[in-house]
Amino acid sequence: MTDTIEKLERLDKKRSKEHKEKEILRSSITLKILRANRAANEPAHYDTIEVPVQRSTTVLDALLWAKGYKDHSIGIRYSCRMASCGSCGMKINGIPRLACYTKVSELSGDTITCEPLSNFPHIRDLVTDFSQFFEHHKNMQPYIQNENADIKDPAKLSEFMQSPEDVDKFLQFSYCIKCGCCYAACPTVAMDTKFPGPQALAQMYRYFADTRDTAVEKRMEIVDDRHGLFRCHFAGSCSSVCPKGVDPALGIQLLRGHMLGYSSNEKKIAELKERLKK
Amino acid sequence: MEANKVRESQIMKIHYLTGIAALVVVAVHIMMRLIMPYNLSLEYENVIANYHNMPYAFLLESMLVLIAIHGFNGLRIILLEMRQSKAWESGVTILTIAAMIAIIGYGTRTIIVANGLEMG
Amino acid sequence: MAPSYIYKVCTGGEEVLMEAIDRNNREGIKGWLNPSRYGAERISYWLQRLTGVGLLGYFIGHVYETSSLTNGPDAWAAMLELTQTPMGHMILLLVIGMSTFHSANGIRLIFTQGGKGLGKPGRPDYPYDAVSLNYRQKSGIWIALILAAAAMMYGASVLFGGE
Repeated sequence: MTDTIEKLERLDKKRSKEHKEKEILRSSITLKILRANRAANEPAHYDTIEVPVQRSTTVLDALLWAKGYKDHSIGIRYSCRMASCGSCGMKINGIPRLACYTKVSELSGDTITCEPLSNFPHIRDLVTDFSQFFEHHKNMQPYIQNENADIKDPAKLSEFMQSPEDVDKFLQFSYCIKCGCCYAACPTVAMDTKFPGPQALAQMYRYFADTRDTAVEKRMEIVDDRHGLFRCHFAGSCSSVCPKGVDPALGIQLLRGHMLGYSSNEKKIAELKERLKK
Repeated sequence: MEANKVRESQIMKIHYLTGIAALVVVAVHIMMRLIMPYNLSLEYENVIANYHNMPYAFLLESMLVLIAIHGFNGLRIILLEMRQSKAWESGVTILTIAAMIAIIGYGTRTIIVANGLEMG
Repeated sequence: MAPSYIYKVCTGGEEVLMEAIDRNNREGIKGWLNPSRYGAERISYWLQRLTGVGLLGYFIGHVYETSSLTNGPDAWAAMLELTQTPMGHMILLLVIGMSTFHSANGIRLIFTQGGKGLGKPGRPDYPYDAVSLNYRQKSGIWIALILAAAAMMYGASVLFGGE
């Protein structure tokens, strides 16, 4: 136990040293923001705004400062400011990231370019439309399906028994906040509109690996399509941009392992515990 | 649609298997160019002698089939990702299968004719 | 009016109106052409595709090239004169490199795409490094590149160094 703690402390120190080495401190930066209102058929252009920054200023803080003090017409979607809601995904210096989770001090250069996420229909400024993305997600049937669990009769409601090991198999994938960064980075999504994308496919694996779910065959059938699971070519871009460590590429390859017969499709199904009566 | 659904994982299994098999036969094919000085191996008599060697002719034919399947399926995948419409997708599938058959037919013709040719 | 892209997206099941889907803002081939933003795996994906297309082109050319055999020794000699030139040898050299990379990287991908050599899912911790983008994958890509370079050097010694 002590060994593990010491190891973690060493790792923490190493990371903080690396972080400090990479940190770039400045008193101000220039935000270069893509501006356009697609509904009004406006051509896109960039606005540049000088923003004062501190060591801990995030790109979202900088954008909100610009919106508050320089140009309140900047279109931006955000909510929690703490990488929990997944609203402020955008391309920062060409790479999809969460604006609230990207500190200005992590980025090199004096200009930070903010653009809407690629592969999502553009609405205005930094705001994109997520309907296609959510539709793909819905197609994966992202809910537990178990014919033995009667959810219609409250008297029969009972709990599933899962061990921590069972939970570890899918927990990572359930941390997805649907920010769309992976979808914007994926080279297949960039061209194939029918491809569900890394987020949806990773969620398919999340339910596939869950011992409470029994719809194994049905799930495989949904993604075994000419625009389905096999259009992932493991470019790994989704996992490299994921701000929550979901690692969609891992889930997709593991799901494919089951489909190709590399891994067994026999899975342990969680037992249902009879409802405890007081 | 029903047929497509079942097939994609099967197609990919074929894609992987033809890839591995092609690697083996191509390795033998390249070695055949190296068992004698490279330029000499390309002389008409030596090449025709290769085609007269039945196991090697069989290897050439299998290489032709394996690479055609693997290569044109790869092309189908790339093209399917380019555009999505019923017409494009059916067009791509038909075109790649036709190209696959055409190249196998053309290559087989060479193997059969060369197998029957006199040494120069 | 509802925007044109709100249609049922379909993977499996019935074919629906995806043909009309809004492609607005998709990166398209432009995004695909720039592999430098996302690390080694993206570059390997890009190279695997390019080498695949290149090798298919060579395969078609090679089948056509060898078909000249059927027209007798003169036709074969004429074809050799066309292909066995310094330029032809440079193309062959490129093909050697492409086929070695495509094969070595392809073998890695056959394992990887079946979930082998990627690590296990676990509880993500800051800074959330993805386990799937691990040293095994990166070394696999490097091995494929090194093998391709070595094969090209050997090929050059045979094509340009021999008698």
